[in-house]
Amino acid sequence: MFYRESGDFKKTYRDDSQTFPIKFDRRRYYVVMAIAFLVLPWFITDYIANAVMIPFLVWAIAALGLNILVGYCGQLSLGTGGFMAVGAYATYKLMTSFPGMDMFSVVLLSGFITAFVGMIFGLPSLRIKGFYLAVATLAAQFFLVWLLNKVPWFYNYSASGQITAPERSMFGIIITGPYASPVTGYLFCLILAIGLAWVARNLTRGRLGRSWMAIRDMDIAAEIIGVNPLMAKLSAFAVSSFFVGVAGSLFFSVYLGAAEVTEAFSINVSFAVLFMVIIGGLGSIFGSFVGAAFMVLMPVLLKNILVGGLGWPTDLAAHLEFIIVGALIVIFLIVEPHGLAQMARVLKEKLRLWPFPH
Amino acid sequence: MKIKQLATVALTTLAVSAPVAADLVFPSLSYRTGPYAAGGAPLADGYADYFTLLNQRDGGIGGVMASVPECETGYNTAKGVECYESTKGDGALVYMPLSTGMTYQLIPKVTADDIPLVTTGYGRTSAANGRVFSHVFNFPANYWTGASRIINSIMEEAGGDISGKNIALVYHNSGYGKEPIPTLKALAEKHNFNLTLIPVDHPGQEQKSQWLQIRRERPDNIIMYGWGVMNQVALQEAANIRYPMDQMYGIWWSVTENDKLEGMGSHGYKGATFHNVGSNYPIFSDIQKYVTDAGLAAGDGSNVGSVMYNRGLYAAMLAAEAAKTAQNMFGVKDVTSGQMRDAFEVLDMSAEVMAAAGMPNFGPAFQVSCANHGGPGLAAIQQWDGNTQEWKLIGDFEAPDMEVIAPLIKADSEAYAKENNITPRDC
Amino acid sequence: MSADFLYTLEVILNGLMAGVMYSLVALGFVLIFKASGIFNYAQGVMALFAAMTLVGIQTGQIPFAHLINAIFGTEMHHFGWQVPAFLAIILTVGVMVLFAMIVEKYILHHLVNQEPIILFMATIGLAYFMEGFGDIMWGSEIKTMDVGIPSGGSLWLEEYTLGWAAEGERYWGMYIDKLDMVATLVAVILVVSLTLFSQYTKTGRALRAVADDHQAALSVGISLRAIWVIVWSIAGFVALVAGIMWGAKSGVQFSLSLIALKALPVLMLGGFTSIPGAIIGGLIIGVGEKLFEFAIGPMIGGATENWFAYVLALMFLVFRPQGLFGEKIIERV
Repeated sequence: MFYRESGDFKKTYRDDSQTFPIKFDRRRYYVVMAIAFLVLPWFITDYIANAVMIPFLVWAIAALGLNILVGYCGQLSLGTGGFMAVGAYATYKLMTSFPGMDMFSVVLLSGFITAFVGMIFGLPSLRIKGFYLAVATLAAQFFLVWLLNKVPWFYNYSASGQITAPERSMFGIIITGPYASPVTGYLFCLILAIGLAWVARNLTRGRLGRSWMAIRDMDIAAEIIGVNPLMAKLSAFAVSSFFVGVAGSLFFSVYLGAAEVTEAFSINVSFAVLFMVIIGGLGSIFGSFVGAAFMVLMPVLLKNILVGGLGWPTDLAAHLEFIIVGALIVIFLIVEPHGLAQMARVLKEKLRLWPFPH
Repeated sequence: MKIKQLATVALTTLAVSAPVAADLVFPSLSYRTGPYAAGGAPLADGYADYFTLLNQRDGGIGGVMASVPECETGYNTAKGVECYESTKGDGALVYMPLSTGMTYQLIPKVTADDIPLVTTGYGRTSAANGRVFSHVFNFPANYWTGASRIINSIMEEAGGDISGKNIALVYHNSGYGKEPIPTLKALAEKHNFNLTLIPVDHPGQEQKSQWLQIRRERPDNIIMYGWGVMNQVALQEAANIRYPMDQMYGIWWSVTENDKLEGMGSHGYKGATFHNVGSNYPIFSDIQKYVTDAGLAAGDGSNVGSVMYNRGLYAAMLAAEAAKTAQNMFGVKDVTSGQMRDAFEVLDMSAEVMAAAGMPNFGPAFQVSCANHGGPGLAAIQQWDGNTQEWKLIGDFEAPDMEVIAPLIKADSEAYAKENNITPRDC
Repeated sequence: MSADFLYTLEVILNGLMAGVMYSLVALGFVLIFKASGIFNYAQGVMALFAAMTLVGIQTGQIPFAHLINAIFGTEMHHFGWQVPAFLAIILTVGVMVLFAMIVEKYILHHLVNQEPIILFMATIGLAYFMEGFGDIMWGSEIKTMDVGIPSGGSLWLEEYTLGWAAEGERYWGMYIDKLDMVATLVAVILVVSLTLFSQYTKTGRALRAVADDHQAALSVGISLRAIWVIVWSIAGFVALVAGIMWGAKSGVQFSLSLIALKALPVLMLGGFTSIPGAIIGGLIIGVGEKLFEFAIGPMIGGATENWFAYVLALMFLVFRPQGLFGEKIIERV
């Protein structure tokens, strides 16, 4: 009934290689887009925007970035927090040095700066593999945070090293700062998230993406068939860091509005993003979004049920939250180690035959 | 919390619970979990218990009940955003985020939402400049006045002259710990002492290098800006190298019941404080009678009278007095957050007011003005007595060296105003 | 001898001691990784949990008191008895064995043959779970660890070495914490007994067989599940030892779980599969970071230890990608 292919004939190569080859899928996608762009902005409140939607989109971008590195290229990284910090501080420096610059350019430029930093820290990946690499990327995490905390230039010599996003706008619409309406922040993040997802999707099914996957599956074999591991790995680090940098930039400027590197971009951030990627599904664009949604919505949901609904003491609720999230992660891994995206895929296959599976 | 409440789980789900309207809402962004839970829990208990007391004993503030919706932040700024957004819609009158990081994040937001932000003894120091920070209050003392007060105390001990002395600052390597550095540098120039900076990275479990350095250099005094596990390890290491405890000073976040050693280990350890210690005040018998005995206490009662509990209590008292001021000022019972802000700006915390609240001489007497949101910055010195196992106040609430601090506040707040296009108010 | 030289020596010695403390945590990682190929992120939280349990049992705390009070409206916190340290340690070991069984039964058993990264994630999930569980069970306030380990600088050593420096120099004798000495002793005993256990007992040989080749071990009739329970129990015991040592230093509190981050560079340097590697790696990291902080730290603003440990390990890895003592990675197409 759903996802039926019969009658859906492809007449051109273009049609055949589109992202959503099944008509139902495509329509569903357009509906989701329409809701996100046209319906949600009318209903969005401060709470929904700032506590749910914006963090979800920002984390989704970060997860996309890490998924490119871990899911597509097979390079385990725990430096995400550090790279997000680079994006955030680059944004702060750009915003305060060039007050006239529009936010879009600021965010993208921050992404490029992070990409460059990411490439430098990606160099050890040529020699180090697996968990050793994961721990090696922690060097990036700790070093970058230390550096950003230590050199006063990065935070304009303020007494405490905190950075605060000043008000900046684009086309006369305020995007950052306290007077930005939640809708603009949401839409700004949404446009970037959709755009970057589109970029990621097309990169991963192109030549570059194929070389990444070849490296992931077996790097020696990939090298033998002519994939340059230096190019493939460094490009993966660069692209991934670009995404993560953009996420860090939005995290600081649109979401938090102020940040302190040791707190906001700690090692926990790196783990959180890795979680999203694995829970969502390695090597899946859709999975990055689902993973981010899970990790952002789950605690909020639990909190509202336990504290808001049941009236439990907040500390008990917070402990239970830890227990439940931890248990859910383990359960998900046991039930479906390939993540929520794989579950969706299985569901889709089932729906294709439903209601007559035989 | 009874079992039958569990049954309602199916029905009451996602919606954020809205407290009954017409309450005076004082949200408490607490942290009872995570690395700083040991400090956060008594703080939140004190804050909640004070309002419970007012509700039980006086029937609220000016006849209106106070409610304290609590939101767990875990000392995490991202959760802080969620907490702020989820509570501000309920008519929150004042925010006390209990975290320097969260304060920075909330400063622009509360200004836009017209809600006062009160940071007692933490937060952004330069927010004392009310011309730039219209909605932020950091009375009665802040990190810079605290640093200056400690230096004054060291000077007193040394007979007024500390030139050529070596003073080491052991600090949590974060925004909070770095705050006093400019002040101490300026003071070092003025009084001619040598300042050594010794940062300790979060979480601060391993401080061998730092204390070996202190042991080598033997500074005449140590000032500590620590938080969480860093305090306990630092005190342990200080005792290990047999550093004379009475030459060691902590800022108020480093001198709590958690931050001392068993037995006589930290006898003589001193620290700055902006509120009194112990439970020898009329209010505590009321708390016992109306709150603890009635089974309404926020915690298990073991914290009552501890430094952190008193700090929460004190903060709550300031908020409640401001609410009373607002009610009198505007002649309404249900004050709004904007009226609260106006009330904070004229808050007169005189000795009589504190005595009336059952807390005579609990904190310094001070007045807030439009231009000065930080008050005079009075602070006292407390000392750990290993014999009686209590903190004791030595000396009175005294003024810091505003000559040095005022220009620093001016410079930092003006830099902020420039960066964020704020035109300072006239007053 | 000049004071500078003596100071450097002191830093090196203290670095070695700190390294031992890191090794204690790293050991647990190595044991589990060797036997099951799992990078057990929960090791740090296990140390916290074990330490909390020990203190809880010792002081007679009622488990889940807070939860029980919240649900039934009761007011109870303590049983009102004190358990001697030795008995409490034994009981805690029992709890950790139980924990190992539960982990094996409900997690590992279901994740056999999964990719390493999935297993790694599962242990992070486990870490989350235990963080919340431990706090609910024993409460989140700071507890004092008191099992009678001495602490404080060794006076005898200080006085003995006082005369070493040249006349008139600012020198106060060598400083070594007694706690660190005890930790070193404990670590030595631990490693020796682990080695003896794995070399000379039947179970130990089975452990090594599993570490070498799962399939082959299975085919000669070794029960993988039993081995895993044993390994996780031993790791739980090692976590308890680490928890006691670190807990004596800083009190038992949430931050104790973060010591895992101190052990990671040690692992990376020593190799994930080598017990001597964990010790040597710990020593190198300990000395390296302390010396760097001593010599270079003041020039670049201090607090370098956190990242320097990782950078140091990274530099080693560039030359030996499998760590100093790790098994050589052989890749076949």
